[in-house]
Amino acid sequence: MFEYIISPNGLFLLLALFAIGACGSLVFWKNDSLANWWSSIFALSGSLFGLVFSTEILTHGALPAFQIPTTFPFLSLAFHVDYLSAFFIFLISLISCACSLYAFGYVKQFYKKYNIGSLGFFYNLFIASLILVVTAQHALFFLIVWELMSLASYFLVIFEHDHGENVKAGSLYFIMTHIGTAFIVCAFLMMYWVSGSFDFDVIRQHASLFSPFMQSAIFLCALVGFGVKAGIIPLHIWLPSAHPAAPSHISALMSGVMIKMGLYMLVRICFDIFSPGQAWWGLVFLVLGSLSSLLGVLYALAEHDLKKLLAYHSIENIGIILLGFGSSLIFLSAGFPTLAAIGFIAALYHTVNHAIFKGLLFLGAGSVISQMHTRNIEHYGGLIKVMPVTAFFFLVGSLAISALPPLNGFVSEWLTFQSLFQGVGNFNMVTTMIFLLSIGALAFTGGLAAACFVKAFGITFLARPRSTQSTLAKESGAGMQMGMGLLAVCTLLFGICAAPIGDFLRKITMSIPGFVKTPLEPIMFDLLNIGNNFASVSMPALFFTMVFFLIFLGTLVTILCKNRRVHTGRTWDCGSDLNSRMEITATGFSRSLIVIFRSLLRPHRTADVEYYDKKSKYFPAKSELTFELHDVYRTYIYNAFEKITRNISDQVKKIQTGNINGYIAYIFLALIILLLSLAL
Amino acid sequence: MYAKIFSIKNNLISPNPHQGVGGILSLGKKIHALTKKLFSGSLAIRVVTAGSTNACEQELVALGNAFYDVERFGVHFVASPRHADMLIVTGPVSRNMKEALIRTYEAMPEPKIVVALGDDAIDGGLFKGSYATEDGAAQVIPVHYQIPGDPPSPLEIMNSLLQILCDLDAPIRTKRIKP
Amino acid sequence: MNSFFILALQWLCIPLLSPLCIGLTRSVKARLQNRKGASVIQPYKDIWKLFQKDEVISRDASWIFRCAPYIVFATTLMVSAYVPLVTTALANSFTGDFLVVIYMLMLGTFFLALAGLDVGSPFGGFGSSREMMVAALTEGGLVVSLFALAFLSHTTNLFEISAKVGELLVSHPAPILFAFISFFICLLAETSRYPFDNPSTHLELTMIHEAMILEYSGKRLALMEWAAANKYLFFIVLGAQLFFPFGMAHTLNFGDIIFSFGILVIKIFAFCACIAVIESSIAKLRIFRLPDLLFTAFIISIVAIGLSL
Repeated sequence: MFEYIISPNGLFLLLALFAIGACGSLVFWKNDSLANWWSSIFALSGSLFGLVFSTEILTHGALPAFQIPTTFPFLSLAFHVDYLSAFFIFLISLISCACSLYAFGYVKQFYKKYNIGSLGFFYNLFIASLILVVTAQHALFFLIVWELMSLASYFLVIFEHDHGENVKAGSLYFIMTHIGTAFIVCAFLMMYWVSGSFDFDVIRQHASLFSPFMQSAIFLCALVGFGVKAGIIPLHIWLPSAHPAAPSHISALMSGVMIKMGLYMLVRICFDIFSPGQAWWGLVFLVLGSLSSLLGVLYALAEHDLKKLLAYHSIENIGIILLGFGSSLIFLSAGFPTLAAIGFIAALYHTVNHAIFKGLLFLGAGSVISQMHTRNIEHYGGLIKVMPVTAFFFLVGSLAISALPPLNGFVSEWLTFQSLFQGVGNFNMVTTMIFLLSIGALAFTGGLAAACFVKAFGITFLARPRSTQSTLAKESGAGMQMGMGLLAVCTLLFGICAAPIGDFLRKITMSIPGFVKTPLEPIMFDLLNIGNNFASVSMPALFFTMVFFLIFLGTLVTILCKNRRVHTGRTWDCGSDLNSRMEITATGFSRSLIVIFRSLLRPHRTADVEYYDKKSKYFPAKSELTFELHDVYRTYIYNAFEKITRNISDQVKKIQTGNINGYIAYIFLALIILLLSLAL
Repeated sequence: MYAKIFSIKNNLISPNPHQGVGGILSLGKKIHALTKKLFSGSLAIRVVTAGSTNACEQELVALGNAFYDVERFGVHFVASPRHADMLIVTGPVSRNMKEALIRTYEAMPEPKIVVALGDDAIDGGLFKGSYATEDGAAQVIPVHYQIPGDPPSPLEIMNSLLQILCDLDAPIRTKRIKP
Repeated sequence: MNSFFILALQWLCIPLLSPLCIGLTRSVKARLQNRKGASVIQPYKDIWKLFQKDEVISRDASWIFRCAPYIVFATTLMVSAYVPLVTTALANSFTGDFLVVIYMLMLGTFFLALAGLDVGSPFGGFGSSREMMVAALTEGGLVVSLFALAFLSHTTNLFEISAKVGELLVSHPAPILFAFISFFICLLAETSRYPFDNPSTHLELTMIHEAMILEYSGKRLALMEWAAANKYLFFIVLGAQLFFPFGMAHTLNFGDIIFSFGILVIKIFAFCACIAVIESSIAKLRIFRLPDLLFTAFIISIVAIGLSL
């Protein structure tokens, strides 16, 4: 049976499950509940099969490339499921499994308001296209499924189309993703021009034909093109509006998985096809990674829309993943494959970890938002008493994203730190300085992320309710709790079993062409050991000592103080009545950090006062104070591009004279030029 | 200057011959011994100014200065009633402070002692019968001990503290302690 | 077996000695103010008395408020096992990494900040906000200053760093000194000392650490205060044994360990006295000046690494 799974039929079965889910959901669109159940069950079974499929491949061996020829010229549906693809399929399946479990209960709030059939259709299509993206081997086929993925996600972003800002977010996403696709097409065309084929295998074999200039040009186009999808600053402007607009389980998939697709292909190009790459590519990655991580977390601190906050944290974590890939690329091009492997493993590990804990956080946010009917955390508060299970899972997600031991975020940040530490002192001054600044950026990011999640968790769940809706909220349903619980258990497991997973990732790394020649020693069962005892940590030991100390302390104190009573009373308020206005607000919590980083964030406040009598200005009727951050990217980058494009269009418009005689003259001119070129 | 870390004598300011500096030390030793016995060596005091003229506060603040230095006897002032063992109330409890005083009392964990410091806190003192006061802390919260004086000097406060601690040691139901 | 015994002693040592350090610091400060102050064992009496009191817990608090003291104290206990206290022969490859130590303490700070937010009082809220601001910015300086040492000794294990810095102090004094200055600033920040925070203030508007524990009483308050003392001693021992590891034992020989412990006690006294003198000499900085100081610490440690390249 396993031979059946590890074969092209396995992949087709996987895709078929999602296809049936999609079509069936559309067929049953009139019956909301049936459509939801159909699509969720098939998505769930598809993801479970995907988990089995990918683990089989990772343990038993990669699938050789196979293709289905088509009648279109230039196009052949070529698939290749190697270790890296299998790893990404595992990632996609894990997150979609949790999201499908979650969708059973979550989608109920959209019944009778929106078309559930289309939601199920696009959801299954989206997951299927994600799987196709990581297995596509032919550039044109890749572009087709890439476009499919973008379209499916676009329709999912504008699903709640009654809200105008969702549609606007969708349009921005649509435009940005097509700008990215344009650059990707450029990169692929350049690859075709030199190597003569669209197939990645063929391009890899002819990699030596590419001059360094050509390679760098392709790298830059790919960086911009895939960077738009990945959300690297400054190409990220669609992310903070599109991820909140989609339904929460879709946001989890988009944030946890889709943005990694950009990184997937970037990694393929740099490490796989053009290995060993050039050193300055790694430096670009490091610089962009540091910038993305620091700016992402700073913008997240300023947000009090819960999902926008999580979206900015995705940008931050993409930055951290880029730091790992960057250091790996630098080592690889300098000829240190063993050290490069550390960075690669760190980046892959952080990819899967981020998908898990970001998915968990988005699902938790979805539960809260579906009860509160607003994304503004200033209206939350005290939810831990009415939604204890959701609060606990959200806490686990917050601990994981702040990289606190013993959860998974800590392990991948530890690995990223170690790979950056190795870089100091091995290279010239510029590279060393960039490594040092990356270490500093990563250290600050860790602390600032923890600050942001104290704010997010604390303001949402703790203290007293800040609005009446908080008192009316109810705990999420069983399906939603199961989905979140699955991911929460995964955060713990991926943290404790760091060494076996590190070993798995080492196997994946060794399959990438650049690393194939390096003998990487296998990692011991419980110990992660880097570079000849430079650093080592044992996550199971950490976890068990923590549990031991907690239990030991708890019993000791209970025995010591068993005669003491605990009374419940009022919060100490210095004698004044505490109402919800007196608790700290989200804006107030992060205000000090925003003021500290004001040169990066450019906060500004506008005060608006409306008077009863404009002349006498004594009695204000309404006073409004707005704190915002200048959108630096729109003002300086995108508006500039827009202005240039408009100016060029205005000039080009002059061709359209509106005069029939002019147009006949154009046709005549074209005819003469054609005849001349034929003659020559 | 740093040598004085090692050479601080028990009193630095030249003593007022009428005060009897030796008296502070012997008083303090007794307070220390009783604090050790009753409060494990650490008495935490929370002071609430319930509409007082601040004269009593000045004397309490003087208790912490370099001359009286009540900290060396294990007695210290804390910032929150949740951290405190003893509540000292000064002032005749104005109407605005009534609720605050009750909440402070409820916020303190058991075991707790309430001391009314100064004539104002005992029964209203100068302001007895006024429409704006409650005529003493005993009308608002249960008061265990009273220290009379308007205001009592730091030495008198220390003396009364000693009497309070003696009383706690051997439980006698006297409510009013004369110096 | 010997090593287990010594490891267990190390776990007990820091919690047992930490109130003494707090008492010592307060005593030196009092003497600089021309008064005698409380005895050096006063903090022990404070903690012991608090364990015997009842508690009053707010209605608005949730399980996070009730569990946070245990988690904070447990994290300080855990990191005290990873610090090279008396001997470097306890080096194990399991958990001695300096990043583990920093992030474990961050776990404690996370729960402390959540506990401050949990009761819904304005003091706890802004205490948590300020604490997270200072903690987030201290991370950078702390990681890079300890990395400077790790870079010089080619290992990130705290025990092995301590073993190697002894020789390195003679050959590379400048980077180690710069890294120490940066580490010392981060020590003052993490342990809520001047110029970052006043540990004995009564004014809530000026509190950072104290504001978050205003709501605690009884045994939980005792645990929180003790955990803060543990963190103080932990950072002092880290500073003493990593940057100036004179007299550290390199074996598990009993005599060596006693000698090493004696020298450690002298170093701890020196540190406590220094911190007390600093606290008596400078004023608390305005809160928006603190990031300048913390970024300076970060830059000094980058300079330290630059000097050692």
